[in-house]
Amino acid sequence: MTKRKWTNKLLVNGGLLLLVLVWSIPTLGLFISSFRTRFDIQTSGWWKVFPHREWETVAVYNPKDLNLDPNTVMKVEGVEGTFEQLREGITSPDGKTQVIWSGNKRLGTIQVQKQVWTVSWDFTLDNYREILTAGNVTITNPDGTTEVIPGQNMLQAFINSLAVAVPSTIIPILIAAFAAYAFAWMDFPGRRLLFILIVGLLVVPLQIALVPILRDYNTIGLNGTFLAVWLAHTGFGLALATYLLYNYIVTLPRETLESAFIDGASPFTVFVKLILPLSVPALASFAIFQFLWVWNDYLVALTFLGVDPSYKVLTQRLADLTGTFGNDWQLLTAGAFITMLLPLAVFISLQRYFVRGLLSGSVKG
Amino acid sequence: MAQVDAIKPKDMGAGARFVAWIGRVLLAVLIPLIAFAVIYAGFIYLRDSDAPRWVIASVAIVWGVGGVALLYWVFNGIVERLPDVWTERLQPFVFVGPAVAILVWYLAFPVVRTFWLSLFGRDGPPAGANIFEALQSDAFVGLNNYIALFSERLLQEAMRNNLMWIVFGSTLSVVFGLLVAVLADRSSYERVSKSLIFLPMAISFVGASVIWNFMYETRPADMEQIGVFNAIVVALGGQPHPWDKWIAILPWNNLFLILIVIWLQTGYSMVLFSAALKGIPEEMLEAARVDGATEVQSFFRIMIPYIMGTIITVWTTIVIFTLKIFDVVWVMTGGQFGTHVIATQFYRLSFTARNSGLGSAIAIILLVTVIPVMVYNLRQFRQSEAF
Repeated sequence: MTKRKWTNKLLVNGGLLLLVLVWSIPTLGLFISSFRTRFDIQTSGWWKVFPHREWETVAVYNPKDLNLDPNTVMKVEGVEGTFEQLREGITSPDGKTQVIWSGNKRLGTIQVQKQVWTVSWDFTLDNYREILTAGNVTITNPDGTTEVIPGQNMLQAFINSLAVAVPSTIIPILIAAFAAYAFAWMDFPGRRLLFILIVGLLVVPLQIALVPILRDYNTIGLNGTFLAVWLAHTGFGLALATYLLYNYIVTLPRETLESAFIDGASPFTVFVKLILPLSVPALASFAIFQFLWVWNDYLVALTFLGVDPSYKVLTQRLADLTGTFGNDWQLLTAGAFITMLLPLAVFISLQRYFVRGLLSGSVKG
Repeated sequence: MAQVDAIKPKDMGAGARFVAWIGRVLLAVLIPLIAFAVIYAGFIYLRDSDAPRWVIASVAIVWGVGGVALLYWVFNGIVERLPDVWTERLQPFVFVGPAVAILVWYLAFPVVRTFWLSLFGRDGPPAGANIFEALQSDAFVGLNNYIALFSERLLQEAMRNNLMWIVFGSTLSVVFGLLVAVLADRSSYERVSKSLIFLPMAISFVGASVIWNFMYETRPADMEQIGVFNAIVVALGGQPHPWDKWIAILPWNNLFLILIVIWLQTGYSMVLFSAALKGIPEEMLEAARVDGATEVQSFFRIMIPYIMGTIITVWTTIVIFTLKIFDVVWVMTGGQFGTHVIATQFYRLSFTARNSGLGSAIAIILLVTVIPVMVYNLRQFRQSEAF
C-alpha cells in the first residue's frame, strides 16, 4: 500500500514538474536572453548559461613537429584517421578528447580539445539601454570596440501606456459602479430592459464597433489622441464591468443600506460612504483585469492611436520592432520584457484579487 | 429599500411622464457629453503645451478621471435640488444613464451601423445621403458583400483556421487546465506550480508572440540553433523547420500559433477547474474509494460529471476568445503562410484594403457566430431569480 502511495506521489509531482517546466521555459528563455550580449544571443542558445560541456582547445601542434604525413592515415593523441576525417574532427573512443586538423594540408595545425564544464555568463544591461534610451547609445562589442547606435526610446512608450491604461481602468469602473448601484438598489422604469441590454452586449465583439467609431472620431478630429482610446476602452469594458459589479453589489447586506436610508442619507451619500468602501474587493479585482487588458491591448491602440510614433503604446512599439528588427533578438527580448514588467508585477503582488476576479467571470468577451 | 416604495410611476399623469422621460434621456446623454467636452478642452490645452511627456500624462490622468467624478457629483446635486418627486424620478438616471448611453453609442448602435455599412460598396453610402437616397444609389450592393466573402478563398481559409483554433485551442486549453488542476490538487507544491502555469496570463499577445517567435527561431542547418524547438529537433537528428511559417505542412502550421494561445489560456481554465474541484464533497470521493474505485475511475465517473457546468463555461469562454483571435496571428505571420483568421481578415479588409463594405460584412459574420452564446447568457439571466 505504501509503495503504491509512493508511485502515485511520484507520478503526480513528476507530471506537474514536467508541465511547469514546459510552461516556464518560453518566458525563462526570453528573460535570460535579454541580459545576454548581442553576439552571444546570435551565436548560441540561451540554455548555454546553464552548466554544459563544451570542447575547449587544450593544445595546438604543428603537424610537422609530430612527423605527420597528411596523405596517409595519421595517429595523433590516441585517435587515428585520414586528413579528411581529421578535418571533420575525430573523437577518441572514450569520448573525452577530440582532435581537429584546422587549415589546409600544408599550413594547418592540429588542435587537441577536451570537454570541460562551462557556463556562458557574459551578462550585460546594454540591451535595456539600447531599447529604453531616447538618444544614441554606445554599446561595447565583445572584441572591445564600441559602436554608437540609436536608442529605441521605449521609455516614452511606457509612459504612453501608463497614460492610456490608468484612465481607461478608472473611468469605466467609476461609471459602471454608479450604474451597478442603481440597478441593484434603485427601482426605476426600464430597469429590467436596460439590464438585459447590458447582458446582451457582454459578448459583442469589439470589431463590430471599430469602423463606425473610427468614422465618428474622424468627424470630430479625435483620432490619434489618448482621449479617443480612453473612451473606446470605456465603451468596450463597460458592459462587463457593470455586470460584474452588479453581481457583487446586489449581495451587500440589505440592513446596512436600509438603516442608512432611514437615517436620511441620500442615495449619492450611500454610494460614496457605503457602497464604494464595501465593494473594494470587487472593484479591485475588476480593476486588475481591466488594467491588464488595456495594457496588453493591441487592436484598439492600433486602430485609434494612429501612426504617430511618439504616441504609440508599448504593444504597438514592440509589434513594430518585430517587423523592422525581426532578427535583432537583443532588442526584441529586452523590449518584450519591458512590456511585461508592470503586468507581471501587478499579477504577482495582487494574485489573490486576480484569481477572485477570474472566478467571478472577469473574462473579456 | 426605501426607494422602491417611494417611486410609483402609475401615479404620474401623461404629461409628467413625458417630461420625466425627456429629463432621463437628457441626463443620460448630457453627462457623458459634458464630460467629453470638458476633457476634450483640457486635451487641446495640453496638446499645445511643451511640458515633459510624463507631466502631460499625469495631468491628463487627473483631469480625465477627476472630471468624470466631478460631473456625477454636480448633476446629482442639481437633481437633488429639484422637488422631491422629481428627484426620485430622475436620480436613478443620473447613476445609470451615462453607462447606458456610452454602451449604446459604443456597442449597440455600431451593430446597426456596421450592418448598414456592410450593404454598401467599399466607400460606404454616399456622403450626405438619407436612407432612401442611399438605398437607391449605386453604392448599395445588398448582400453582395456576403456572397463575395463566402465565395472568396481567403475567407474560406480564415474560417477553416478559426475552426482549427476552436477545436484545438479551446479543447487543449481545457484539457491541460484540467490536468494541472487535478495534479496540483494532490501535490504539496500546489501554490507555486499553479502560479507558474498561471503566469503567462499576464503577458500580452504581442509579448507572447515575441517569446514564441524566439522559441521557433530557425537557423540554416549548418549553424547552431538558438530556438528551443529547432535545437531539440536537431539534437534528435532532425532538420530545422520554420514551424508556424512552415508551408509544407499547411494547414497544420496553424497549430504552432494555436500552441501560443494554449500556453496563455491554460492558466485561466486551471484556476476555474481548481476551484470547482475543491467544491466536490470529500465524502463523495471517499465513498467511491471505499467501494474500490481507482483514481482514474473516480476522475471520470465523479469529478468530470460534477464539474461539467464549469467545463462548459470555460470551453465556451475560450471559444469566443479564439473566434476573435487577432494579435497573435497579426504579429507572428501577418496572416501569411495560410494563417489568416476572421479577425485578421477583418482588419486587413477594413484598414489595409480600406474596403468598409467587406470589412463590415466580416464583422457581422463574427457577431453572428457569437449570437448563440449571447442567447445562452440571456436565458441564464432570465432564469436567475435575482431580478
